[in-house]
Amino acid sequence: MFGRLSEKLQETFRRLKRKGKLSEKDVDEALREVRLALLEADVNYRVVKNFTAVLKERAVGAEVFQSLTPGQQVVKIVHEELVKLMGETQSKLASADNPPRAVMLVGLQGSGKTTTAAKLARFLKSSGSKPLLVAADVYRPAAIEQLEILGKDLSIPVFSYGKDDPGKIASLALKHAAAEGNDYVILDTAGRLHVDEQLMDELARLKAGIKPVEILLVVDAMTGQDAVNVAQAFHEQLELSGIILTKLDGDTRGGAALSVKAVTNCPIKFVGLGEKIESFEPFHPDRMASRILGMGDVLSLIEKAQSVVDEEKSRALEKKMRSQTLTLEDFLEQLQQVKQMGPIEDLLEMMPGFQKAGKGLKNLSVDDKQIVQIEAIIKSMTREERQRPEIINSGRRKRIAAGSGTAVQDVNRLLKQFDQMKKLLKKVHSLEKGKTKKHKGLLPF
Amino acid sequence: MLEQFKKGLLKTREKFVNRLESLFSRSEIDDLFFDELEEILISADVGVETTIKITGMLKERLKDEKIKERSTAREVLKKLLVEMLEDDGQSKLASAPHPPAVYLVLGVNGVGKTTTIAKMAYRYAQEGKRVLLAAGDTFRAAAIEQLEEWSRAVGVGMIKHQAGGDPSAVIFDAVNAAVARQVDVLICDTAGRLHTKMNLLEEVKKIYRVINKVLPGAPHETLLVLDATTGHNGIAQARLFGEAVPVTGLILAKLDGTAKGGIVLAVKDITGIPVKLIGVGEKKNDLQPFDAGHFVEALLDVK
Repeated sequence: MFGRLSEKLQETFRRLKRKGKLSEKDVDEALREVRLALLEADVNYRVVKNFTAVLKERAVGAEVFQSLTPGQQVVKIVHEELVKLMGETQSKLASADNPPRAVMLVGLQGSGKTTTAAKLARFLKSSGSKPLLVAADVYRPAAIEQLEILGKDLSIPVFSYGKDDPGKIASLALKHAAAEGNDYVILDTAGRLHVDEQLMDELARLKAGIKPVEILLVVDAMTGQDAVNVAQAFHEQLELSGIILTKLDGDTRGGAALSVKAVTNCPIKFVGLGEKIESFEPFHPDRMASRILGMGDVLSLIEKAQSVVDEEKSRALEKKMRSQTLTLEDFLEQLQQVKQMGPIEDLLEMMPGFQKAGKGLKNLSVDDKQIVQIEAIIKSMTREERQRPEIINSGRRKRIAAGSGTAVQDVNRLLKQFDQMKKLLKKVHSLEKGKTKKHKGLLPF
Repeated sequence: MLEQFKKGLLKTREKFVNRLESLFSRSEIDDLFFDELEEILISADVGVETTIKITGMLKERLKDEKIKERSTAREVLKKLLVEMLEDDGQSKLASAPHPPAVYLVLGVNGVGKTTTIAKMAYRYAQEGKRVLLAAGDTFRAAAIEQLEEWSRAVGVGMIKHQAGGDPSAVIFDAVNAAVARQVDVLICDTAGRLHTKMNLLEEVKKIYRVINKVLPGAPHETLLVLDATTGHNGIAQARLFGEAVPVTGLILAKLDGTAKGGIVLAVKDITGIPVKLIGVGEKKNDLQPFDAGHFVEALLDVK
């Protein structure tokens, strides 16, 4: 995520780095690139304008650190201001004092409210809460059924009351929650346009009736310039308490995050990273800023691994990934864990240096059906073969294919993929090593 | 800094409005004129690359035609943008030499595929055509039920399998049913998918192959639905879906908000895929043929 933006900024700063001193002209040139990159990332035009103005004021100003190169200095400033703009600390969900307390999810049609409601409920459940989902979208066909199915899959209760008035549904849901001992009551409201006065009034009335502890705007990360208008309108009408950014697992640069934050000053609390219900995590503004600047996000990766595999395993996994002593057995185990963590591209993308090393990674993407096949193939190998795949000759390949019910081509493909992955990890590893050697981990430039 | 920011935003906003009013009313063409034009285009999500290209082309034309007044420049610009969007009057959906005409509808999650399909079905049904829908989104919870509710509301038939089934199998049955029942139009819904998920694009390829195998020459249109609020990512969507299967047209959904949907200019410019239909509301008759002239007018209308 934000991949190309960080590439772009790095490119600019690489050029800057070679010069000895930061002149106004340098700053202008760098900021021109920053401006274009931010616009291409869909940060709102006006937000970009203000942002670069602030940057310029700081960059061509007094704050000169002797220990930094000019490039590092600009990066430092851009990084700091990005962090400031996105919110300096991680923002948690307000606690449900005097439960049950309502959490309203609002947003445009198709921003991902229903899926997000289920994801948030799962997240809260896994951290010890007892959430109740409420189907308050009474307009979109089958929206209620959708939430009911999602709730059932997660074993989280869903309250629905047909296509009645959302205000009535919500207050009945709160009563139900009080009786059942639920703490958070998550309302999935209907998608609506911010210019639809009637439906916006409906939300305002709903809010007044249930006094929610959170009103979260769900924003599609692929949104363009209009994000500011949407966020502003929802904020004016409802006084939002936070933002959830969805669909960040694509290749969008997600500049809408900056725009929305700038106009509402509401913290981004969570991000959605895929269609799987567990692809959901708290938003880390500082890490996100680092990610924009290409520092990768090893922390996020490790945290993710920890939540699905036990700590010891994840440490061993990380060590193996770094030391490249990966065997096919590890590969299998890893694939199974990865299945729980989300697409492997996402994981690798969080690692520093990946963006440069990761070209052509598309061949590496793996889906669940493939994982079953891969599992069968690896299980049809002898232990020795798993540990030293290079001994697998054509005779062995035939045997493995027959044993796993696959074709020799499938076996070949797996061995090739495994080889590619090892090479990639090696590349990532050496990039990382080179970087820390040169700069002692100060900044990635 | 946020305070500073907010103040700045307010100021820029005031300035913005004032300037937009003046863009085509002040008389002479100067650098400011092009700055303002850039602002309008970027703010409408036309995209950085295409905006730079458009201002460059406009500069050249104004020079060639020795135009000095803003009002004339506006006309030149409009003409330029319409030319970029127009597709030799091909904004009508292709018909099949022998019915059924098969339309395959694709898009990322949440762009409005299902609603768009309902509107298309309604439109054809109103024209007296026999319409069949294929519930090809077997992945998302209650997607089949959603299309089914629409099919009842609009009064057309629908072919479905169970949730979690193979979408190609549903489509296979639907195409066969469309032929057997001699319907005029078959519209195939598909699950929303990000264009970056290779395995899901493979699935689209398979669906396309299945349609083509059952009915050579079909699908007669492969339509990508874009959300009008989408920014630059729309380009990547069109490019990658277009690499997977031959996308023949765009449907620009959700144009009833404040978003201008300018990204279709970039998509057309870069991939050549034209816009065919626009969605302007949630009701079943809120679907219109794309009109480049009206679209450009709205794009440049900055109030």
